[in-house]
Amino acid sequence: MKIITPIKQVPETSNVKMDEETGTMVRDGVESIINPLDLYAIEAAIELKEEHGGEVIAVTMGPPSAEKAIKEAIAMGCDDGILLSGREFAGADTWATAYTLSRCIDDIGDYDLIFCGLQATDGDTAQVGPGIASFLDLPLATYVSSIEDVHIADDTTYTEPDENYIELERLLEEGYEKLRMPLPALITVVKEINFPRLPTLSGKRKARDKDVTPKNSEHIEMKEEYLGLQGSPTRVVNIDRPKVTRGGKMIDARDESKQEEAVEELINYLNANELL
Amino acid sequence: MSYSGVWTLAEAKDGKLKRVAFELLTRGRKLADKLDEELASLIISNDVSEEEAERLIAAGADKVYLVNDKKLGNFIVENYSNVMVDLIEKHKPEIILGAATTLGRTLLPHVAIRVEAGLTADCTELDIEEETGNLLQTRPAIGGNILATIHTPKHRPQMATVRPKSTAPAEEVGGREGEIINIDFDSELYDGRVERVGFRTSEEEDVNIVDADVVVAGGKGLKKAENFAMIKEMAQYLDGVVGASRDAVEMDWITYPHQVGLSGKTVTPKLYIAIGVSGAIQHLAGMKTSDNIVAINEDPDADIFKVADIGLIGNLFELVPMINERLAQEKEVEKVEV
Repeated sequence: MKIITPIKQVPETSNVKMDEETGTMVRDGVESIINPLDLYAIEAAIELKEEHGGEVIAVTMGPPSAEKAIKEAIAMGCDDGILLSGREFAGADTWATAYTLSRCIDDIGDYDLIFCGLQATDGDTAQVGPGIASFLDLPLATYVSSIEDVHIADDTTYTEPDENYIELERLLEEGYEKLRMPLPALITVVKEINFPRLPTLSGKRKARDKDVTPKNSEHIEMKEEYLGLQGSPTRVVNIDRPKVTRGGKMIDARDESKQEEAVEELINYLNANELL
Repeated sequence: MSYSGVWTLAEAKDGKLKRVAFELLTRGRKLADKLDEELASLIISNDVSEEEAERLIAAGADKVYLVNDKKLGNFIVENYSNVMVDLIEKHKPEIILGAATTLGRTLLPHVAIRVEAGLTADCTELDIEEETGNLLQTRPAIGGNILATIHTPKHRPQMATVRPKSTAPAEEVGGREGEIINIDFDSELYDGRVERVGFRTSEEEDVNIVDADVVVAGGKGLKKAENFAMIKEMAQYLDGVVGASRDAVEMDWITYPHQVGLSGKTVTPKLYIAIGVSGAIQHLAGMKTSDNIVAINEDPDADIFKVADIGLIGNLFELVPMINERLAQEKEVEKVEV
C-alpha cells in the first residue's frame, strides 16, 4: 500500500503566551511540533503499512524549518517525506492549502489512502482534509475513530473497484457510523483511533540521514493563481483578544466551617439563574 | 446573474429539523435584512415533510428548498455535496451558513472547494461590512486565545460554519409567508461510491455532550475513575451529561466521546460545572463560551476560576457530595410542586 499523510507544523500551544498589547502569540522560545492530532493519522498509516506492506509518505507545506516535522514523521516510521516550501505558498488559507497539497499528492500518484488529522491545533478549521478529497475527487470519511477492515485484492491485475475497499467507523454526535468505501480514499481521524508511538532510536537515525529536499511550484505542476495569498478567497481583517476573565465570585471553602455556606451560595446562584 | 440571497443548511434527523437549523435562521435573518435580500433554507433528506419545512418559514425563511430522496437518507458527503453544488450553480446565493457539526464541518469544506468559495469554520459572530457588503466572520483561533475576523473580498458565495448554541434559535411565528420548493433529486448526482453499512449508538447513553444544556465535567482532581460516580450523580440531578478533561480521558477514567477541549469537543451549554479541572488552555477553549460556568477546585490559582461565574475553592470530595445532597432536595421540592 502507498499511504500519504499530509501534516502541519504548529507552535507548541499547551503553554501559549499572548502579547497583551498586540494580541499576537509570543513565538519566542515556543517550540514547533507536528500538529498533535496529525500524530494519530501518522500512527494509523504506519499500522496499516505494518500489516499490509508498502510505504508511508509524509507531506507538509511550510517554511524551510518545517523540515523538522518531516524528520519527526520519518523517525516515527514514515518512509519518506516531502516539504513544500516557497514564497508562492505564503499566506495560503485552507482553500489554497488544500489545492497545493492535492497537487503534490497527485504528483506522488498511485496512492491507496490519505490519512489526515481531524484539524490542526492552531487554526482548528478541519477544512484542509475534506478540501484535499474534494480537489482529488476521492471518497471522504471524517471523524474516523476506527479502521475495521482493509481489503486489498491479491491479484493486482484484477481491477474490479469493489475489490479494494476499507471499512471504518466515524464518531458522530449520536454514535458511531460504519462506512464502506473504495480505495483510494481520504480519511481524517480523531484521537480515539489509536495511541501514537514515540520515535525510536533507529527511526531517529534514519530521519537524520534522510535528505528532505524542498519542492515548490517549479517541481510540481500547479496553477500559480491558486497558490498562497493570491489563491486564497479569505482574508483576515482583524485580530482581537477575547476577554479572558469573567470576574466571577470566588468562595473560599477550604475551611470545613465554610463549606455549608458555600454550597448554599452555589444553590442560590443556580436557582437565581434558573438552572435547576 | 449576480450572487444574491442568504442560505442556511437546515439539518434534520428522522424527519425532524434540528434545533441548530433554527439558530442559523437567527443568524441568516439578520444578515439578509442588512443586505435587503432573501433568506432561504436548504433541506437535504429523505423524510422531511412540507409541514415540517413550513416551520422554517414560520421562523424567518422566505424560501425553503426541499430535496427528499431515499438515496439521501444518510449523510454521504459526496451525494450531499453534489446536490449543494448543483443548487448553488443554479441559484447563486451570496452567503451560505451551515452548522459547525460533524456534518457541516465535512460538507461545507467539500463544497467550498468546488465552487471556489471562501469558507470560515466555527464562527461565533457574523455581520455585514458596511462599506462593501462583505460577510464579516469572527471565529476563535489558537485555542481560543484570539478572535479572528475574516472576510472574502472577491469570491462568491461566502460560506461559514457556525458553532451550535452560539445564538438563540429563531422563534416560529404564525402567519409568515414563504415558499416551499420541492426539488427532485437528479439521479446523476448520486455518487454511489461510499456506502453506510451500519450505525451503533455509544454503549453509554449520555455522550452527546455537544447538544446538552448542562455539562458536569471532571478532571485530574478526581484522582481515580470511581470518583466519576459523583460527577454522574450530579449530572443526573441536573438532567445533564458528563464531560471530562483530557487528563481524565488519558488516564482511562472515562471514554473519549466525553472529552471537552481542543482535541475533544466544543460545548456551549447553559450550565458548565468543572470539578477538579485545572483549566488548561485547551480545555478552556472547548467550554469558555458556556452561558454559566461553575468551578470547584482546591487550588485557588487554577485557571478554571478565570472563566468561572462562581467558583468554590476547597476539597471537592467533601463539597461535591454536599452539593449532590442539596440538589437531591431541590429535586424533591420540584416534584412536590408539580
